[in-house]
Amino acid sequence: MNAPLPRDWDILRQSRGRRLERAASLGFGKEIPVDRIIDLLEAVIQPGDRVCLEGNNQKQADFLSESLADCSPERINHLSMVQSVLALPSHVDLFERGLANRLDFSFSGPQGARLAKLVQEQRIEIGAIHTYLELFGRYFMDLTPNVALIAAQAADAEGNLYLGPNTEDTPAIVEATAFKGGIVIAQVNERLDKLPRVDVPADWVDFTVLAPKPNYIEPLFTRDPAQITEVQVLMAMMAIKGIYAEYGVTRLNHGIGFDTAAIELLLPTYAADLGLKGKICTHWALNPHPTLIPAIESGFVESVHCFGSEVGMDAYISARSDIFFTGADGSMRSNRAFSQTAGLYACDMFIGSTLQMDMAGNSSTATLGRIAGFGGAPNMGSDPHGRRHASPAWLKAGREAYGANAIRGRKLVVQMVETFREHMAPVFVEELDAWKLQKSMGAELPPIMIYGDDVSHIVTEEGIANLLLCRSPEEREQAIRGVAGFTPVGMARDKAMVENLRDRGIIRRAEDLGIDPRTATRDLLAARSVKDLVRWSGGLYAPPSRFRNW
Amino acid sequence: METLDFRFDSKPVPRAADPALCGVVGSGNLEILVKPGIEPEACRVRIKTSARGFGDTWRAVLDSFATSHPAGGTVIAINDMGATPAVVTLRLAQALAEYQGGAL
Repeated sequence: MNAPLPRDWDILRQSRGRRLERAASLGFGKEIPVDRIIDLLEAVIQPGDRVCLEGNNQKQADFLSESLADCSPERINHLSMVQSVLALPSHVDLFERGLANRLDFSFSGPQGARLAKLVQEQRIEIGAIHTYLELFGRYFMDLTPNVALIAAQAADAEGNLYLGPNTEDTPAIVEATAFKGGIVIAQVNERLDKLPRVDVPADWVDFTVLAPKPNYIEPLFTRDPAQITEVQVLMAMMAIKGIYAEYGVTRLNHGIGFDTAAIELLLPTYAADLGLKGKICTHWALNPHPTLIPAIESGFVESVHCFGSEVGMDAYISARSDIFFTGADGSMRSNRAFSQTAGLYACDMFIGSTLQMDMAGNSSTATLGRIAGFGGAPNMGSDPHGRRHASPAWLKAGREAYGANAIRGRKLVVQMVETFREHMAPVFVEELDAWKLQKSMGAELPPIMIYGDDVSHIVTEEGIANLLLCRSPEEREQAIRGVAGFTPVGMARDKAMVENLRDRGIIRRAEDLGIDPRTATRDLLAARSVKDLVRWSGGLYAPPSRFRNW
Repeated sequence: METLDFRFDSKPVPRAADPALCGVVGSGNLEILVKPGIEPEACRVRIKTSARGFGDTWRAVLDSFATSHPAGGTVIAINDMGATPAVVTLRLAQALAEYQGGAL
């Protein structure tokens, strides 16, 4: 028998102890003076650490990010960053200034071009691009942070944290860090004697710092109804009548964008006229979209669980606690990890948009010279093979895909796009830019957002393609070409085969659905401006100033 | 600017009213004027567009329109500011309906 290896079994705890001792020796207690934050970071962070910098597409630990970027690269270097979103200039500064050299993330949005440049210069090594739930999962496996830098609304003297409506990723990050020998540092907007509620208990938090200004929040999910076009109204009508009604979709997630905002604004009008109230769109995994207010006020919606909050929606949410998840204090508690779980397993449909789609139905938002990442779309836009509970929508889709004796259902994954984007850029293409991006980045896989075999339907201004009913790769390809409009790949369709698909109901045009395109006017929108949304909310919705044009 | 001229065979339009105007000249949009023409089984179209080099796409969009709608006996003038084919198709249908007396 082999003798057990002699080793210490609490190296992480010992390391944590030494870091806390270094901080204590510098005179730091739990509350860090704002002008000494860099001293603290240099005391507790070590070269080679894995550091989680909190920030999603809404809430950002911006002060801690800027402070980390201002630390000395002689003291702190070779950091391996794990973070949901690379969105702020300071996130990229970490790599440009030589503090960090490796990145595992999910979404990069506005910094996508700078990130691509750093990769090409080999100044950053990308571990992988993930979907949010996947990245959170790895926090508990092989990417557990040594240090987490997080954002909270308020702290009390003991270090208990109140996260406010933008709870978002914080619980997942803190849980992974605090229970594996890590250090948790929180920037807070205010110090209170008594918190409205405790979202993170004090003994999971090592240090708090009062940030000089409140953490940045992006109003990412606000869409001005004034910008919704008639073509988007037409596509929304087709989606409601041809998919929502046909499958009886009650539990769903909407992606971000004007296409789905149009659907939300047609629920109290067009969908109600079709008698669909109570039959579709009752339960949501969704950020609090202002454009959902008319549907909520019309009694369409029973429940909404949120990934994060949205600027200006807090008072409205508090006043609608039957709909939203709120604490005893009245404010919302969001949670990205749980909402993504709901989006994966408890939703019957995901509907979203993309920048490019190929003839196999693969879609990507990656374009040359930019590394954009995925966010939550690959998770919610996938058919989970672990699902076991049935619902009418799931069963109907499963039987269309696998036949009458199917032993499983199928999630509806709908891509809704106009065939051309702005400047006549075709959405439908023979080859995704993602393949060229893969080569230029030296990545192992092309950055495909939603795999074609997960897509069930494509909605364009030309109609709906039901890919579940296709029985061969050739049929799938022609079904996609058949709704690709006047794009080059659309014009290259096999007309006879497309007509055959139409006869079989695999492709359906507006007229096949009993919709006259000329009735697709903006008059159908329940709200035609942000001011209309405020009116629907009874004055509770307070839009950010950039959306106030009255 | 680019000017494009097309002629398509099309079934005669059933009922002609006064000239019909539809849409606005704004970014991503277009203005369509439908007037009576002299050939009952043809639709003539003149396009003035800010986006150069899309003649083949215009031909395909208009050919599809003239095939799927009775538009013979009309002359159509279009002022375009970069409208997508989706918008063009919708506006053409609206303009023709207006020309036929506004019936939906």
